[in-house]
Amino acid sequence: MQHDIAKAPETSHAAISDVAENKEQTFGARVLSSQPFWVTIALIVLVVVMTINEPTFGTTENAANVTRNFAPIGIMAMGMTVVIITGGIDLSVGSVMGLVAIVAGLFLTWHYSWYVAFTMGMIAGLACGTVNGFFVAYVGMPSFVVTLGMLSIARSLAVVFSANQMLYQFGPDAPIVRAIGQAKWPSHAPAGWAPHWIPELSSHFWVLVGLALIVGYVFNSKAWGRHLFAIGGNEQAARLTGVPVDWIKFQAYVFSAFTASLASLLLLGYNGSAINAMGQGYELRVIAATVIGGASLMGGSGTAFGAFIGSAFLEVIRNALLMAGIDSNWQGAFVGAFIILAVLLGMQTGATSIMTAIVQQLLPKKHR
Amino acid sequence: MALLEVRNVSKSFGAIHAVNDISWSVEPGEVVGLMGDNGAGKSTLVKLIAGNFPPTEGEVLVDGEVCHFHKPIQARAKGIEVVYQDLALADNLTAAQNVFLGRELNKGFWPFRVLDKQAMIDRSAGLFDELKSETRPRDLVKKMSGGQRQAVAIARTRLSNAKLVLMDEPTAAISVRQVAQVLELIRRLKHQDVAVILISHRMPDVFAVSDRIIVMRRGAKVADKATASTSPEEITGLITGAIRAA
Repeated sequence: MQHDIAKAPETSHAAISDVAENKEQTFGARVLSSQPFWVTIALIVLVVVMTINEPTFGTTENAANVTRNFAPIGIMAMGMTVVIITGGIDLSVGSVMGLVAIVAGLFLTWHYSWYVAFTMGMIAGLACGTVNGFFVAYVGMPSFVVTLGMLSIARSLAVVFSANQMLYQFGPDAPIVRAIGQAKWPSHAPAGWAPHWIPELSSHFWVLVGLALIVGYVFNSKAWGRHLFAIGGNEQAARLTGVPVDWIKFQAYVFSAFTASLASLLLLGYNGSAINAMGQGYELRVIAATVIGGASLMGGSGTAFGAFIGSAFLEVIRNALLMAGIDSNWQGAFVGAFIILAVLLGMQTGATSIMTAIVQQLLPKKHR
Repeated sequence: MALLEVRNVSKSFGAIHAVNDISWSVEPGEVVGLMGDNGAGKSTLVKLIAGNFPPTEGEVLVDGEVCHFHKPIQARAKGIEVVYQDLALADNLTAAQNVFLGRELNKGFWPFRVLDKQAMIDRSAGLFDELKSETRPRDLVKKMSGGQRQAVAIARTRLSNAKLVLMDEPTAAISVRQVAQVLELIRRLKHQDVAVILISHRMPDVFAVSDRIIVMRRGAKVADKATASTSPEEITGLITGAIRAA
C-alpha cells in the first residue's frame, strides 16, 4: 500500500514529461530548422571548396578584402532587419548613403574638422530616417511608398548639393578621415604583433561585428526588441496590450537610416572621396542579404546573426564567381536565384516552414 | 457595493442611438451573459465599459466611483480587462511572451536592464496551472489550439489581477472539446472571485456558466434575469422581439 502511494506521483511525472518532449521543440531541432544555420553551412562549404580550388581565394589578403566588402552591406542589414521585423521595408538606405557622403564631404571641403563633417552627415541621414519614420508610423502610410519617395529625394539632394561633382579636396582633416576608413586590426605593419596568417580586418568589419552584437543583445534581452517582434506578429495586438507601437516603428526607421549613415561615413573614409552615386542599388543588396539571412518580409522574424551571415554569403558568392573566372554579368542571376531559393525555403506553409518540413523528413524521429 | 455599475448610460454616434438609457450592475465573482442580436448595442456597451470611449449620457461606476474612460489603458488601471474576439495575440511569440506583452519583467539596471525571461516563464506557468490549462509557457502561440489560445488571453488578465473580465465571443469558431475548456476557464475565473461579462451568441454556453443573463434589443435592455429562472426559449424570444420584455 505504502509502496503504491510512493510510486504514483513518479509515474504521473514521467507521463507529463513524455508529452512535453513529444511536443516541445528541442534546442537542436530549432537550430536545424533555422535558416541562418543552413546559410552558414552553405557559406562554409563554399569557402572550403573555393580555398581548395583557387589558390588566390584562401589568402589573408582576400579574406581582408571580402570582410571589408560585405561590412557596409552587413551594417545596413542590421537596420533593415529591425525595419523588416516590424513588417516594413526601407528602400531609401542606398540613397541615404549618397546624401550622407556628400554632406560630410562638403563640410570637409569647406575645411571643417572631421567630427563636424561626420556629425553633419549623420544629421542629414537621421533627418531622412525621421521623415520616413514619421510618415510610416504616425501618418500610417505604407513603408514601401514612403521610402521609395525618400530613395528619390535623398539621391536628388545628393546630386544637387554636390553640383554633380566628385568631392575629394578634403582640407586639413583628410588624413584622419582616411585613417578612420582604412584602419585595420590586427596590423601586419613592422610594429604589429600579428603573424601573417591572421587577416588584417578592416574597421568596417569591426564596426559590423560590434553593431551585430548590440542588435543581437537588444533582440534577445530588451523589451524594445521583444516589442519589435510583437509589432511584426500582430500590430493590433501589440497596440491593445499597451506597446507604444508608433514610437517603436518610428525608431526602427531612424535606426535604419543611422546604419546607412554609418556605412556611408566608413566608405567615405576608405575612398578618401565622396560621390553622389555612392550606395546606388545597395538597397536591393541589403534587402537580399537580410532575406537570405532568414528575416521574413511578412514581419515578425529575423536575427542579427542572419543579417550578418546573409551579407557575408552574398559577397563570398560574388567573390567566388569572380575568382572562378565567370563573367561578372552572371552575378545578378546567381544572387537573384539565391534570394528566391532562400525565401522558398523559409516560406511558411501552415505552422512549419518548408525548411522545417525538409529537416523533419530527413531526420529520424528520435533526433527531433 | 457593486463591482461595476452602469447608470442610465446612453451613447449616440450622430443621429444613431447605439445604447439607450441602460442601467445594470455586476457583483464580484458573478458571471453575466450579455446577449442580443447583431446591432443590438452589445459591442458599444462593452466598449463603454472597456474605456474605448466615454458615454454620451449617464455614468459608469467602478467600486462605487464614477469613472470617465477615454482610453482602454485607463479602464485596465481600474481592473477591467478585455479578452478580444480575435484574442489579440502575437502568433510569432511564445505563450509567456504574449502573457507579458507590454508589461515585461526586467532585472538589472540601465543600460543593462534586461528581460527577466525565467521569471516570466515561471509566472506564466503558475497562471496556466491556476487555470488548470495544459498550455506551456515556451510554446509558440501559432502552434496552439483555440482553447490554449484562450488560456493565454485569459492568463494575461489574471496577471494584472483584473476584477472584471469582458469576453467577446470566446467560444465562436472553436471545436466542441475546446469550448468545454474555455467554459472551464470561465468557471476558474469565477472561482477566484473575478466577475466575467460573457458576450456570446451561443445559448448553451451562456446557460452553462452564467449566473445572470442580460438581453439587449435595439440599444435597450429588455431583460435582466437569473439564469436559473429563465429558459433558452424565453431568451430567444427576447432577443428576436417575440417577447417584448421581461
